[in-house]
Amino acid sequence: MEQYNVVIIGGGPAGLAAAKAAYDEGERSILILERDSLLGGILNQCIHNGFGLHTFKEELTGPEYAKRFEDEVRARGIECRLNTMVMDLSSDKTVTAMNRTDGMFQIRAKAVVLAMGCRERSRGALNIPGYRPAGIYSAGTAQRLVNIEGYMPGRKVVILGSGDIGLIMARRMTLEGAEVQVVAELMPYSGGLKRNIVQCLDDYGIPLKLSHTVVDIEGKERVTGVTIAEVDSKNKPIPGTEEHYDCDTLLLSCGLIPENELSRGAGVEISPVTNGPKVNERLETSIPGVFAAGNVLHVHDLVDYVSEEAADAGRNAAAYVREGNAPETENGTAVTFEGGIRYTVPSTVDTEKMKDLMTVRFRVGSVMKDRIVKVYANGEEIFKKKRRIMAPGEMEEVLLRKTELQKFGGLKTLKIKVEEA
Amino acid sequence: MEERNLICIGCPMGCPLTVTMEGTEVKSVTGNTCPRGDIYARKEVTNPTRIVTSSVLVTGSRTGAKTVSVKTASDVPKGKIFEVVRALKGVTVEAPVKIGDVVVSNISGTGVDVIATKEVE
Repeated sequence: MEQYNVVIIGGGPAGLAAAKAAYDEGERSILILERDSLLGGILNQCIHNGFGLHTFKEELTGPEYAKRFEDEVRARGIECRLNTMVMDLSSDKTVTAMNRTDGMFQIRAKAVVLAMGCRERSRGALNIPGYRPAGIYSAGTAQRLVNIEGYMPGRKVVILGSGDIGLIMARRMTLEGAEVQVVAELMPYSGGLKRNIVQCLDDYGIPLKLSHTVVDIEGKERVTGVTIAEVDSKNKPIPGTEEHYDCDTLLLSCGLIPENELSRGAGVEISPVTNGPKVNERLETSIPGVFAAGNVLHVHDLVDYVSEEAADAGRNAAAYVREGNAPETENGTAVTFEGGIRYTVPSTVDTEKMKDLMTVRFRVGSVMKDRIVKVYANGEEIFKKKRRIMAPGEMEEVLLRKTELQKFGGLKTLKIKVEEA
Repeated sequence: MEERNLICIGCPMGCPLTVTMEGTEVKSVTGNTCPRGDIYARKEVTNPTRIVTSSVLVTGSRTGAKTVSVKTASDVPKGKIFEVVRALKGVTVEAPVKIGDVVVSNISGTGVDVIATKEVE
């Protein structure tokens, strides 16, 4: 069986950043496995600009951002196998993969970085009533058709869900000559970035209807129309509020789900909130030596943070190979949270093993104004920051200093709390 | 006096901004809760610009790529966006293409080039 020290599953932004960081940490036996025919993942179809503001201090398009990381990986001579699908990951870190030249093969890895990204929530998962004609696409599929394949999926469009991909596609389809009639959003707020609402909808006079959903899809062969209705506070459609739109296309932009079939198969413990692995301060999953980063861990809104997180995972994977798994001194302190926070990554922190400055990322469950985020260690406040506004669509973070946490000797509790200002 | 209403894009607050103008001169910006709103509003009412991104067809790609993504090398006036995209219709480039290659120079008389944002072999 082939052996590699660090095997990275996925060659998108997370996988590339992890590979580069593992190399720079001194690791030379690295392999990236990518199922597509090129590196860069979903960035290749995200041709709009706005990527990389944090990392490169300039606004790049998706392909340009991907290329910068691909060049770094190529310059280091890191081995990448493209067109290669990973079929299975076992708990002893044996990776089973296949491609057209090598057939099926197995690799024994000392450490694995999960970087498989996420998938769009499908119509089936949304339970939209109505017929099942052609013309219903996820926003990302439409994005691929328009930007990569060069096809227009439709001419008269309704979009359900105001996630960023849906907003971006509202503009893209409009520019390519389609008539985007309305974007309906189930929630009373948009899950997309404010900038996208203004520059993709307002700029083109496309209405955004909050607290609305699709209640019927018509058309036997091809979509001929959809009906949307307002919903009440329990997300139930309100009778009498139905509006009909003639259209040939319905795009769905209703959330992303981390793609963890391989992780589950290996027995990695998955968080029911993020649908990604539960990880400790080193982004290590419940299986020692298996790390996770990027959208497979939790869905991000900015790729810069994917790269940053994945670089940490890559460094930690290299350190794991070098040092082996240090015997568990303790299981780490659970990160607890209050005040509207839905989850944190990581979910446990070991003050011995954490790096000097560690980022804890989290999301809130509703829009909240004028809040203070506080961190308590053993009940004592060690950090606070004001937030004018917090929204479910925008990831939050706090930085924890190792020296500060170690002052407590034994860290018993670590709590992040959102309080009213 | 003319009033224009905008939504600030500086952060998720999305402050509703009201800009009072006399002709092309900005008299006041209200509704913003931080200086970023003021800066955004003044730019947006006097000279709104955008980077335009799109994709054009490519021929002769060794890897079978059908399109190459492109962008305007710098901002163009917001009012020119549709003109720019229309001018890109029917444009075909030949592989290989490198990031930064000029696909159309001085698009729609804006003085701005449209450049490739993807490498196609």
